Amino acid sequence: MKRVIKMAPEDNVATALEKLEVGDEIKVVSEKGGVVDTFRTLQPIVFGHKIALATIAEGSKVIKYGEYIGEATQLINRGDHVHIHNLKSLRIPIPEKVLEEVRME
Amino acid sequence: VKSILKFMGFERPDGSVGVRNIILVVAGVDCMEGVARRIAEKVPSAVAVTQHYSCLHVGTEQVVNIMSGVAKNPNISAVLLLGMGCESLKPKFYQEQIAESGKPVKSLSCYEEGGVKKTVQKGIHIVKEMETQISTLKRKPFDLEKLTIGLKCGGSDTTSGLAANPALGVAVDMLVDNGAAAIFTEPIEAIGGEEALSKRTKTQDVKERLLKVISNEEKRYTTGTEVEFMCKGNILGGLSSIEEKSLGSIHKAGSRKIAGVLENSQRIVETPPAGGLYFFDGTHFDVQSIINLVAAGAQIVAYTTGWGASFESLVAPIIRICGNPESYEQMKADIDINAGTIIQGKESIEEVGQRIFHELIAVASGKPTKLEDLGYGTFAIYREDPALDRLLGISKML
Repeated sequence: MKRVIKMAPEDNVATALEKLEVGDEIKVVSEKGGVVDTFRTLQPIVFGHKIALATIAEGSKVIKYGEYIGEATQLINRGDHVHIHNLKSLRIPIPEKVLEEVRME
Repeated sequence: VKSILKFMGFERPDGSVGVRNIILVVAGVDCMEGVARRIAEKVPSAVAVTQHYSCLHVGTEQVVNIMSGVAKNPNISAVLLLGMGCESLKPKFYQEQIAESGKPVKSLSCYEEGGVKKTVQKGIHIVKEMETQISTLKRKPFDLEKLTIGLKCGGSDTTSGLAANPALGVAVDMLVDNGAAAIFTEPIEAIGGEEALSKRTKTQDVKERLLKVISNEEKRYTTGTEVEFMCKGNILGGLSSIEEKSLGSIHKAGSRKIAGVLENSQRIVETPPAGGLYFFDGTHFDVQSIINLVAAGAQIVAYTTGWGASFESLVAPIIRICGNPESYEQMKADIDINAGTIIQGKESIEEVGQRIFHELIAVASGKPTKLEDLGYGTFAIYREDPALDRLLGISKML
C-alpha cells in the first residue's frame, strides 16, 4: 500500500511519500511511524504534494504541521490533490508571474 | 535539568567547553589574509579567517562583534590577531572583547614587524608556541548544558519539511530537555510562521523581539525590489504557500519554548545565557549564517538538506542530515545522517531524531564528521546594511 505522511494529529492534509494514481489505496502514517488511516485517492498526486484527509469547505483553513498553511479557495474533498489551484496563502500570495511559470511546466 | 548524559570536551578558562581545539589566526583586515593563511598552514591546529569588509565601511562594529564572537567560541583555544598598521579596525578592538574569555590572545602589526615576511615568521613562532600549550589539554566529561548546537537548513527540497527538519527537531527537543542550548536563525524563513513561533515564546518580551526581527527582515527584502519568497522549484515540489515553506523550515527547531532572541548588532552579539532554544537575529545565507551561529556560541552546526552542502566551517563541525533517499545515495560520502529512511518508511521521525541526538554527542566528543578532515573551509561574515536599515527606520538593537 502506498504511503502519505501526516505531520501532526490536527492536520487535514498529508504529504505523498510516493507517486499516487487515481483510486490508489493509501495508508496515512503519522510522524511516530504508525498507520492512522487508510482510504483511496480521488486524483493523481506526485511525490511531495499534498492530499486532503478530510473534506475542507471553501474558505476553511488548511492545516499541516498542526498550523494554518492557507485557506481553501474551493471545496476540497477527502482524497483530492491540495495545491495552488485550491489553496491560497493568508500571508503573502504567490506572485502571478511565478504562478504563470508553474502553469507553463 | 540534570542529565546523566555527558560529552567529552576541552575546558576553557571562562568555564565554557570546546568540542575542538582550534587556534584562530584572524586577518582583522582583508589585506592581511595572505599573511594569516601562510601562518596557519604551518601549524596543524590553526585556521585562518578573514573579515572582508576592509577599511572605510560603515557598520563595522557589527563585523568586529561577529569576528570576536567567533574567536570567543569555546572551540577556539587561542587567537592571533593580525593588522596591517593603518587599518581602521585595529586588532585591539577585537582583542578587548576576546580577552574577556580568558583565552590566550596575541596580536601583530605588519608595519611594526617590518613587513609581510617578518610577520609571517613571527606569527608562525607565536602560533607554534600556542599549539605546544594547548596540546597538553585533555578531553574531560561535561554535562550537556555546556553544549550549544546551531541549526541551519539549505539546499532544501520537498523532503526537508517531512524528514530531515522534523527529525532534527526531535533531536533539538532532546538536547533542550537535557540542558543544552540550540540556536536557529534565518528570519526570512520565518515569514508566515510568526503565529506558530509566537505561541512558543516564553515571555511577551521574547515574542515582541522575535516579531520585530522577522518584520525587519521582511522590510529589507521587499523594499525597492521584488523578492520571490516562493520560487517555481518550491511549488513544483509541492509547497503551496509561504506558510507551508516556513513551517517546514521552522520544524528543525523542535517544539520547545523559545527562551530568547539573541541580538546581533553594532552593540553586541549575544550568546545563550543558559540552556534552551534561542532565535538569533542573523541571515539565511549559508556560510554567513553558519558563522552567525558560531559567533553566538554554537560548537556544532546541524545542517539539514535535500541535496548536500560542499562547504566546511573551519571553526565548528557541521553535521549534514539529508532527507532525500536519492541524494543520500548520491552524496553519502558527505552526509553524516541519512534521514531518507523516513521517506522510505524504514524509520520513523522519532528514530532518526534519536540517531541525530547521539551523533551530535559523539561529534561533540571528538568523532570527526564526514567532511571535517578535508582541511578546507569557507568563512564569511555578514552584516546588514546600516544605511538601508536607517532609511527603513529599523534597528538591529533589540
